[in-house]
Amino acid sequence: MITALLILIPFLFGLLCFALPGKSASKIAFESSILTFIGGIAAFYFFSKGQVELLEYSLPWIPSLGINFHVDMDGISLLLVMLTVFLTPLILLSSQSKAYSQSSNFNGLVLIMQAALIGVFTAKDAFAFYMFWELALIPIYFIALIWGGENRKAVTFKFFLYTTIGSLLMLASLLYLYTKTPNGSFSLVDLYQIPLSASEQTFVFLGFFLAFAIKMPIFPFHTWQPDTYTTAPTEGTMLLSGIMLKMGVYGVIRFILPITPIAVLEWGWLVILLAVIGIVYTSIIALKQNHFKRMIAYVSIAHVGLMAAGLFTVNAEALQGVIIQMLAHGINVVGMFYIVDLISRKCNTDQMDSLGGLRNQAPILSAFFLIILMANVALPLTNGFVGEYLLIVGLFQHSPWMAAVAALTIIFGAAYMLNAYQKIMLGAKQDKFNHVEDVNAKDLMVLIPITIMIIVMGVYPKLFLDISAPSVKEILNAFHQGNTLN
Amino acid sequence: MINLVWLVPILPLLGFLLLSLVNKKVSESVASIIGCSTILGSFIITASVFFGFISGDHAGITLTYFDWISAGNMSVSFSFLIDSLSLMMMMIITGIGFLIHVYSSSYMHGDEGFSRYFSYLNLFIFSMLLLVMGSNYVVMFTGWEGVGLCSYLLIGFWFKNDPYNDAAKKAFIMNRIGDLGFLMGLALIYKTFGTFDFAQIFENAPNLFNPNTESSIMIAITLLLFVGAMGKSAQIPLYTWLPDAMAGPTPVSALIHAATMVTAGIYMIIRSNVLYTMAPTTLAIIAGIGIATALFAATIGLVQNDIKKVLAYSTVSQLGYMFFALGLGAYDTAFFHVMTHAFFKALLFLGAGSVIHAMSGEQDIRFMGGLRKKLPITFITFIIGTLAISGIPPFSGFFSKDAILEAAYAHSPLFWGLGLLGAMFTTFYMFRLVFLTFFGDFRGSSDQAHHLHESPLAMTIPLMLLAALSTFGGFLGVPEVLGGTNWIKSFLSTVIVPNTKHVAHHLTRDTELGLMAASVGVALLMIVIAWIVYGVKKQIPSRNESDFGVAHKVLYNKYFIDELYDIVIVKPLYFISQITHRFIETKFIDGIVNGFGVVVSASSNSLRHIQNGSVSFYLFMMVVGSTLLLMLLSILEQIFNLLK
Repeated sequence: MITALLILIPFLFGLLCFALPGKSASKIAFESSILTFIGGIAAFYFFSKGQVELLEYSLPWIPSLGINFHVDMDGISLLLVMLTVFLTPLILLSSQSKAYSQSSNFNGLVLIMQAALIGVFTAKDAFAFYMFWELALIPIYFIALIWGGENRKAVTFKFFLYTTIGSLLMLASLLYLYTKTPNGSFSLVDLYQIPLSASEQTFVFLGFFLAFAIKMPIFPFHTWQPDTYTTAPTEGTMLLSGIMLKMGVYGVIRFILPITPIAVLEWGWLVILLAVIGIVYTSIIALKQNHFKRMIAYVSIAHVGLMAAGLFTVNAEALQGVIIQMLAHGINVVGMFYIVDLISRKCNTDQMDSLGGLRNQAPILSAFFLIILMANVALPLTNGFVGEYLLIVGLFQHSPWMAAVAALTIIFGAAYMLNAYQKIMLGAKQDKFNHVEDVNAKDLMVLIPITIMIIVMGVYPKLFLDISAPSVKEILNAFHQGNTLN
Repeated sequence: MINLVWLVPILPLLGFLLLSLVNKKVSESVASIIGCSTILGSFIITASVFFGFISGDHAGITLTYFDWISAGNMSVSFSFLIDSLSLMMMMIITGIGFLIHVYSSSYMHGDEGFSRYFSYLNLFIFSMLLLVMGSNYVVMFTGWEGVGLCSYLLIGFWFKNDPYNDAAKKAFIMNRIGDLGFLMGLALIYKTFGTFDFAQIFENAPNLFNPNTESSIMIAITLLLFVGAMGKSAQIPLYTWLPDAMAGPTPVSALIHAATMVTAGIYMIIRSNVLYTMAPTTLAIIAGIGIATALFAATIGLVQNDIKKVLAYSTVSQLGYMFFALGLGAYDTAFFHVMTHAFFKALLFLGAGSVIHAMSGEQDIRFMGGLRKKLPITFITFIIGTLAISGIPPFSGFFSKDAILEAAYAHSPLFWGLGLLGAMFTTFYMFRLVFLTFFGDFRGSSDQAHHLHESPLAMTIPLMLLAALSTFGGFLGVPEVLGGTNWIKSFLSTVIVPNTKHVAHHLTRDTELGLMAASVGVALLMIVIAWIVYGVKKQIPSRNESDFGVAHKVLYNKYFIDELYDIVIVKPLYFISQITHRFIETKFIDGIVNGFGVVVSASSNSLRHIQNGSVSFYLFMMVVGSTLLLMLLSILEQIFNLLK
């Protein structure tokens, strides 16, 4: 029940926002996101108390086609929902510092997006999953198109085209699976039981994989990403990078691993190879990026690449690493984009070469920047370390050389991140930035929760790892069963 | 008292948090009281645990606090191992750390980042303690990365100065190169042993691998860990960050870049001695790199004119000695040198700081001279440090350096010869430094001469205490041949598993005494030569590089290694970065994608009558279309079934 409410609340409030004037829409949107957050906490509480029956909700939707509106949470879903309900208020807060035109529409779209994302992470019915998947695309498309920067039409069109192609391929795979169920069902439980031949698995795998690979994105399906992240308004970029790309990772865990285990064994090496190439490739590009936001966009591909490689090693260490890294990356990348946005608004430029010495004017901002940066470069006792460490160790168990190449990220990461920090923050005081003020109360409302999560997840990740451990075990069991059955 | 051991790292952490929160809102005295008292607290607890431990049976105690990272079969606990090795390190870190905090409270007086400085310094002590107290490799790695961060923050402490920022960044990145090796070593350890816990690994290693044949896995593990050590402890080829790290405030150089952090690599190898002993190949490589670094850095030190740079290259060189000892399997000797070096190098750096303080910031020894009259305490303590590092008895460095040379001789006289050569260089450049700085006539400006003064007590008391330690510290390891008991060797024997296979043939009493006499004799000779050149002939190094001979020029420019790295690694990488972005990314991959897009939009143009330009309409169509498609499919299937 709680799960359905978590989808319904943002959806209804989102619709309400469209009808309200801008000021009250922002207020209502933020308050409703807090309400959803409290709901998420409740879900977390009941889940850890073992009262999971309070979470599930199922309603026949199109009975003739065996489609149910069935939502529920296991540990993995719960953590991603927690991520969504944690980040959405921060993203809404971020938008409040700016005078967006049509802000009621903006807030409405963000809330509908939140509803769709929670739907994606909790759907137990593949049709519902697909619906939410598509529904999530609409708001972000408009957010990028209406409030985006230069060249937004072309960029958004490319993004749209990419993801639509991916969606269609996924749909094809889903429909194929549907025809294979004995009674025509979209229920995930039924999909997991389908015995597929190796060649069938390869095709189903391909459909899913392309959809998810574009969403994450994995090299070489990534070229929509830097443009879109750069052009979209920062809140859109936060939604895309903080939460939406996790849809792709989640999809692999939920669909590819249990349903096409043979194909994973057969093609996993290729995905790992692409992912690892992507890590190095994007890291190298990031080294010389002068545009701050675009640099973070490339860095994000490198981070996701490590997750993608971890996914296809299919061992418990790496999968747990993927899950905690999804949370950590979501939190850190939103923090990082917030910093990017703050700096470019204060100084009217995104070009790192034209910035410098800001630590003189904004020491507190500089401290937050450094903390988030250190989380990004996986310093132990920050959240970034737990995931990256589990992923690298897990990947190493699978293929040591791939792990060694992937782990180059710890060197590259330090190089481009510290470069950026130095170019923007350090150096002599520049008079042209004397008007720049340090963070204000609203900024702290965003940056402090992020910092707290960085430390809490880094020092005591058990809180989160324990939630997902049983679910990961289930996924792995399904994977290994599927392999032995065939 | 052992129950309070968690407070040892937590107190500095609290100091860090408190100082970062109050930052500029408190006066200097409050900030320094917070900063120093936390370390003093840690030191007192450490000392009481230490003396309790000495009277006990020297068995290590593991204290587990919580389950940190668990996934699959992996379980990493946040736990400490308190044994003779970690306690010795903790004594050094908190003891010298406290003295340097006190010194800093005066040295940093008037700096606008005063409390920020103390917060970083506290954070460093916390991280360094984690590094040595951790009971598994992951906690050790946590401290390892933490000290790297603090080193970065403190090298670039004066962040308005861009070369300093470059030095800080270079240190961090070079350390990260080493850390890649460390991390891979961790992964291989996990793959091999299924755990990161020291006790379990060292217990299982001899069972898993035949001790009589060298396993390639063991070589790989030890080499990978050693790569980490090369970064942190500034060995060839990852040493170039350490001389640049002198950009930080001088007490930082003393604490982090001489006494503690840079010895972390040696600590790690001593901790892992069970594994290293099983990999003689790795040991041979370590010995080679160690002695090469020791000589290489010492030759550069011969011609440097920046007082801190001389000491920095000296540190690299001394670290090389420690690795040399490790490579010879003389782990306890290496540790002994870690300890004495911590005393005398911290002393020398703080002495240099006192000189720089008196010289109003001047670091070039060509502009100093005759300072012994104006800075008597600094002078005497500096001389003691110099005698210690030169291996003059009875100062501490004599005993530890002699033990290393002896171990070298036991392996081969050639090793001993190389070690002795390094010791010659060391004595020479140190006394060159002393004579140019403290003797002769003052060569600075009259303004500087006017301001020359001895440093306040907050700075000279730490100097005197460190001088005492540099003088008497060596007595912890007096060899049997001189009537000692070599206390430190027996104290560490619970941690260092004796190497049964490679027992170096025992030296006779006469040989040992002969070696000692030779090294002391050589050192004295070097002092005399330095005195003749810089004390009597007063050859002040030229300010004009074109006066130098080729060899001098090469040494002065540090063998042009920085320039080489720049040409071979940094520049090509940036070039590749640009090429990748401009051509592969933009032209090639995106080109294909855009081509695809053009085809799609061209074909959609032909369907103009249903295209109304709104993508939302497309989306709507897509959802409707896919639903229809679904229905169609199910109807088709129904029909199909009916026909069957």
